Amino acid sequence: MTSAPADVPALEMRGVAKRFGATVALEAVDFILRPGDVHALLGENGAGKSTLVKILSGALRPDRGEMRLDGRPYHPADPLHGRRSGVSMIYQELNLAPHLTVEENVVLGTEVHAGGFLKRRDVRKRIKDTLDFLHHPEIALDIPVRRLSVGARQIVEICRAIMDKARILVMDEPTSSLTREDTERLFQVIGKLKTEGVSIIYISHFLEEVREVADAYTILRDGKNVGSGRMAGTTLDEIIQLMVGRTIADLFPRLEHERGEVALALNNLKGLRMAGPVNLELHRGEILGLAGLIGAGRTETLRTIFGLDARVDGLVEIEGIKALKVKPWHMISLGLGLLSEDRQGEGLALSRSLTDNITLSRLRPYRKFGFLSLKKRSQAALQWMGELKIKAQGSGQAVASLSGGNQQKAALARLLHQDADVLLLDEPTRGIDVLSKAQIYEWMSRLAGRGKGILFVSSYFPELLGVCDRIAVFFRGQVVDVRPAAAWSDESMMAAATTGRA
Amino acid sequence: MRRRAKLQTVINLLAPFLGLILVLVLFSSMPDVQSRFLRVANLKSVATQSVIVALGALGMTLVIIGGGIDLSAASNIALSSVITAYGINAGLPPLLAVLLGILTGGVVGFVNGALITRLRLVPFIITMGMMGIARGVAKWIANNQKIDAPLTWVNELMAKSPHPPWLILAPGVWLMIVLAAATAVLLRYTVFGRHVFAIGSNEAAARLCGVRTNRAKIIFYTLAGLFCGLSGVMEFSRLTVGDPTVAVGLELDIIAAVVIGGGSLSGGEGSILGSMIGVFIMAFLRNGCTMMGWPNYIQEIIIGVIIVAAVSLDQVRHRRPT
Repeated sequence: MTSAPADVPALEMRGVAKRFGATVALEAVDFILRPGDVHALLGENGAGKSTLVKILSGALRPDRGEMRLDGRPYHPADPLHGRRSGVSMIYQELNLAPHLTVEENVVLGTEVHAGGFLKRRDVRKRIKDTLDFLHHPEIALDIPVRRLSVGARQIVEICRAIMDKARILVMDEPTSSLTREDTERLFQVIGKLKTEGVSIIYISHFLEEVREVADAYTILRDGKNVGSGRMAGTTLDEIIQLMVGRTIADLFPRLEHERGEVALALNNLKGLRMAGPVNLELHRGEILGLAGLIGAGRTETLRTIFGLDARVDGLVEIEGIKALKVKPWHMISLGLGLLSEDRQGEGLALSRSLTDNITLSRLRPYRKFGFLSLKKRSQAALQWMGELKIKAQGSGQAVASLSGGNQQKAALARLLHQDADVLLLDEPTRGIDVLSKAQIYEWMSRLAGRGKGILFVSSYFPELLGVCDRIAVFFRGQVVDVRPAAAWSDESMMAAATTGRA
Repeated sequence: MRRRAKLQTVINLLAPFLGLILVLVLFSSMPDVQSRFLRVANLKSVATQSVIVALGALGMTLVIIGGGIDLSAASNIALSSVITAYGINAGLPPLLAVLLGILTGGVVGFVNGALITRLRLVPFIITMGMMGIARGVAKWIANNQKIDAPLTWVNELMAKSPHPPWLILAPGVWLMIVLAAATAVLLRYTVFGRHVFAIGSNEAAARLCGVRTNRAKIIFYTLAGLFCGLSGVMEFSRLTVGDPTVAVGLELDIIAAVVIGGGSLSGGEGSILGSMIGVFIMAFLRNGCTMMGWPNYIQEIIIGVIIVAAVSLDQVRHRRPT
């Protein structure tokens, strides 16, 4: 494929508009992508990013507007057409069939065949070459994709895109479940693709990362393009301001809170899936951050504390009392609450209403002679929806139809309604918009002010540094060091998390 | 590392046979029946008895790998057998009646597939509806009785002693073997087969990759229907009459065979070899139990246990690598 001269954009979208019923998703958006650029597409959830990208891929048709690829008109009829025209998507929900092998996934939809019978030899060679090019020759062609790590799966998707001779690659939140290490490797791959003249549209909520990898940016708000430009010379504050439409005075609001008695103590805790032993003390009125790479044992530690994974050895003490039966129902009665990292799979009952989700872990107040008072229950839910500013039509709305940020707030509302004294929060801000993030940070701080203890697992260092009182860094299932947040820096946390030495 | 991977493949390949071997060893060591159980005549009889379920299981394997289910299989078999009998009785040439029977099955399957893709309802609901409709239509056509038909070569298809003796096995058994091989090739070596796995594994991903998921689904439901149609012809051949009340509940035997053979009801997994082994495990169990003179309810309990045991073993086997 020949690349167009530098002044012809790789992609030009003009006046693209789309509405769903009464909702305007996009209102005459312009978007211009230069060849070989990494172009960040930014905006809060619901700003219209996914709609724009779906139109580009051919999954949706625009109501109005024009698109050109390398100067030539482009009207994709469906995703396959888009793919064949050189536009490939790397989706947030990985776009792979878990039971199929790497090879089968890479060629899915574009199998080479003779009369319906597969021809595999040449294709296998090409896949191998492409994986070599991406510096991932260790990925074997014949293992089912479900056995690969998330990072490796992403490489498989990129491999598929390159094999399609993609000129434009759309990456939707590519790093949201990657470790820092895998993220670095992904950025190397992106650099490599740029040298080949591939243009990349990069959607992410991790703004620091975006600054690191992107050359240009476009910001959408309420279906409109509110700003485009080169990344160099633009500050994060300017970008955030454009995204939310007002200045967020402080992304990490800190309300006064004071450290009290020990609320939760782990003594030599070991679990079925966590190496350990882990020793930690969490005080009332304290936010204790758990940092580390994915797989370092932080999630597993929370799950062992809460009784979701079996405890092998050691003790969990709550308010100085040994927890004997470490089972979720028992831990809840002792005042523990867990917010799962897997919001959709485990954290929420997606098809059920906000009321059902928020009140599920404490139904006792609404029980009379064994029956539930539905009215009181939905009143309580409404109250928490107001407190957390959950945007919904009513307390009866199904959680599945809410945005990610509102879903997460609903999950947090459950812990608040439950009135947990110790909150175990696992990646509470993953994949949600900036405004919701700020609200969740504020609530964490407020809860600490009310004397609650919070264990906060995050893979995103800036938020740990911004929110926590103390931070413990994990390495291979053990705590490397615990220090006040002020005594850590991005670099020292990274060093501890990757080397195990403080 | 590589050696371990190879070992794993060998184990995965052999595992389905273990159940079958276990059943064979069990009955051939029972003093009361061992002399008769492994005798050629008995094996031939088990093979012939398996044909009807096996043909249904071939199609069901496609459907289950594709993430669907077909509850109308048994009703479809009954309807096709009635149509075949009706055709022969009405004086059609037997070959035409047979084709008509098979085609009937295909139409039922096509309607299943078309409704599932058009109405976007879960296959369980659509095929449960079709289960009633096909059975009702069969009874309607047969006027709620059995349809007698003059004996023709069609009734030879399931004869335990086939007409040219060099065939050894009944023509229906040969047909089953050939079609099983063909379906296995279809699944493993064709683009269509791969798409069936992809749809069952992650339908959204398949669609985004440009797989025409609706078309593929209609095709595999239609194929499943055609297999049921053929199975219906065999049912007629065996009974020599078209009986609309035949094969009630057989769809569960067919599904059980696929599941025992490693098919996953959430899609993306399963194999023809596995399903065929599932069919024979159940057939030999029935046969062995009958020979032992054990009452019917014992067979039912044992088969129930086998289904649960086979599937839980399969899960353990899959969980290990991670």
